[in-house]
Amino acid sequence: MREWRFWLAENRSTLAAFAIFVAMFWIYVGNHPAGFTANVVQTAANKGVLLALVAMAQTMVVITAGIDLSVGMTFVLCNCLGSYLLAGDAWHTGVGLLLVLAAGAACGAVNGLLVIFGRLQPIVATIATGAIYFGLALWMRPDPGAADDFNSDFADFFTSKLAGGIPASLVSLAAVALVVWVPFSRSAIGRTAYAVGSSELSAYMSGAPIRAAKFLVYTLAGLLAGIGGVFLTFLTYSGEASSASGGTYTLYSIAAVVLGGVSLFGGSGSAIGAIFGALAFRTIGDLLFVFDIEPLWQPLFQGVVLLASVSIGATRLIGVRNRLDLFG
Amino acid sequence: MEIPAPLLRIEGVSKSYGGVRALDSADLSIAAGRVHAILGENGAGKSTLMKVMAGVVAPDGGRVTMAGRDVVFSTPAAAQAAGIACIFQELSLVPELSVADNIMINRSPKRFGLIDRRRQRERAEAALARAGAVDIHPRTPVKDLPLSRRQMVEIAKALARDPRILILDEATSALTAADVERVLALLRRLRDEGLALAYISHRMHEIAEISDDCTIFRNGRNVATYPSGTKSDDEVVELMIGREYRHVFPPKPAPRLGDGPPRLELRGLSWTNRLKDISLSAAAGEIVGLGGLDGQGQRELLLALFGALRGLTGEIRVEGATVRVGSPRQAKHKRLGMALIPEDRKTEGLMLPMSVGQNLSFAALRTYANLGFIDRSAEGRAIDEMIVALSIRVARVGSPAASLSGGNQQKVVIGKWLMTAPRIVLLNDPTRGIDVGTKQEIYVLLRRLADAGAAIVFYSTDYAELIGCCDRVLVLYDGRVKRTLVGEEITEKALIASALNLDVGAARAERTPGRAS
Repeated sequence: MREWRFWLAENRSTLAAFAIFVAMFWIYVGNHPAGFTANVVQTAANKGVLLALVAMAQTMVVITAGIDLSVGMTFVLCNCLGSYLLAGDAWHTGVGLLLVLAAGAACGAVNGLLVIFGRLQPIVATIATGAIYFGLALWMRPDPGAADDFNSDFADFFTSKLAGGIPASLVSLAAVALVVWVPFSRSAIGRTAYAVGSSELSAYMSGAPIRAAKFLVYTLAGLLAGIGGVFLTFLTYSGEASSASGGTYTLYSIAAVVLGGVSLFGGSGSAIGAIFGALAFRTIGDLLFVFDIEPLWQPLFQGVVLLASVSIGATRLIGVRNRLDLFG
Repeated sequence: MEIPAPLLRIEGVSKSYGGVRALDSADLSIAAGRVHAILGENGAGKSTLMKVMAGVVAPDGGRVTMAGRDVVFSTPAAAQAAGIACIFQELSLVPELSVADNIMINRSPKRFGLIDRRRQRERAEAALARAGAVDIHPRTPVKDLPLSRRQMVEIAKALARDPRILILDEATSALTAADVERVLALLRRLRDEGLALAYISHRMHEIAEISDDCTIFRNGRNVATYPSGTKSDDEVVELMIGREYRHVFPPKPAPRLGDGPPRLELRGLSWTNRLKDISLSAAAGEIVGLGGLDGQGQRELLLALFGALRGLTGEIRVEGATVRVGSPRQAKHKRLGMALIPEDRKTEGLMLPMSVGQNLSFAALRTYANLGFIDRSAEGRAIDEMIVALSIRVARVGSPAASLSGGNQQKVVIGKWLMTAPRIVLLNDPTRGIDVGTKQEIYVLLRRLADAGAAIVFYSTDYAELIGCCDRVLVLYDGRVKRTLVGEEITEKALIASALNLDVGAARAERTPGRAS
């Protein structure tokens, strides 16, 4: 009983994100004309997975008390790359996929090197690199489009329904979480990333490999944003260097991370929470559709719901007796 | 000599932090037109008293009167409004702002609701001129100034408030000799203008030069007030001694003559102007203490050993071999086997939001990792063993480190380093701000570590600890080893005298070795 309660306390923020998502999705499905069907879930999943992946990317960096404003641009760049490289026969498509993911990881690695060795503040370094990544995307795809031999069967597989009506995109998301997040969170270097976010000075004085940890989080962030870009290509069969979508995904990833209980001060939270935060945030947008509210109201509504959910997390501050703790 | 009616009077003021009594019904009177020096060893209550006068700390009891009227300073702003300005040891400047912005930080002249930059600059220039620091340009960002110049800005900032009472806490410790002269001349001028000055310093010759009255503090209480120059240095040291020995220390073993090179040896170590030609050796099984007043280079010495300082000259030897320690990471490597229990456990020792268990295993994480992945069961076992070994009182290993008491937090920091099985243990004032029971446990632990073959370098601001724990004590003064005390020579009198750079007390202490405790 006691153990169970401690577990609850430790995972409170992730569970809260999950609860918000379930509540939102419940309202959404309950009011959807088609109801809870495999198709509705599939559509929601395909859209949600994009933001979920970018939010996971953001989480990596935020854990070390940094912020990555280039995730959205990496996402767009990999989308454009994917529209060229995810083409031809199975073998070519496979190699293309690896190349796109390597490009994503490389974008992240550059951020990491700038932050570690250039001693730039993460926010500045990633604004600059984000602009560069977007420039590359625009150069590559001045107009939306795709390769003539784009492998749409491959793309369809990842956006289809598997046996039992489970969306393949959700399964892929779970697989990414399992392959990237779980090992990271259980590794010595992952623990170091949390320590860097909690107190970089303590981590340094403990002789921890803080540079390696920072390099890894930025690289993984690039990789995850790249996977997101690949999914966008799967969904749209094309690449588009859209500045709006890059900026929106960057900002929404921060919102999703906060909603998912990851502290922007670093050192706490999990990518699993961020995934639910992203799914919940997406669902908020879809709610307007089922309630037949004009799309003009969407940003305002999203903002209000975001503020409300984040405020719930701030209620613990009401109980603070020592004012100095507010700054801790 | 007639002493004028006091401007500020403190009567029976007490203050406790947790269980520690920092001030125990202390009295002090400061008169206008006089410089009042306040003396006492580390932890005698001087700084707390200053903080009470400055409104930084609210006293638990007692009375403060100003010009005969009762006053209560609940905030620093209230004290400032009453005409009290403070210059603290820790600088209160904002590094990113300019000198002028800092000087006028909460009283900038306004025009149409906006800061009038021109008038602000004029006033800042006037304040700098009054402080005798005309060489500082008001537009320089404070972070670009060296420490001695910042201290002058701090003084100008205090003067810009037109105070009636000026409190200086170790205000000259960062200054160059020329600046000290200028500051002392300035203080004399301010005294002649009718200000009341309270002057805390460890530098006896400055006190002799400037003060009119002196008050000695001991154990949070004023033990003597006398007109300056009426007591000898020896009498002053006598008055400062007399802390009770509340702690029980484990017995010291007879000195062992080890064969082979010492575990740790320093030869002529220097760093900027903070460490000067320091030589030290610590054998396996030995506890070497670092003494002296706070801030004489002890902290830098430990950081230098642990690889946190750049630009060291001199030689560090571990087990006879010359080594280069480039980072804490190298220092903790098996080859060197060092551990540093840092000064500030909250920022340098712990990751407060992370769990007790994660903190404990963090420094030794590699030991519990296979191919980079943490073997959680091995980690958990080691954590549990350490919690039992140090009897850390914690509800659960998953609780955040922030939820523990100060003493238990310190045990976590120590445990974290014991898990790396260090052969050289460096401690930077590890018992500061923790309860007596935990202190005793730490003393016993240190001796046990030494007996198990570790070499220990132990800095403490508490002289009683140095006397009770150490086989040898190096007293540092201004970055230099002033004196090395061995065995029976380690007495409170010898420690204080050499810490104050006085030779008279030291000579006396040598004539009477051994001390009734």
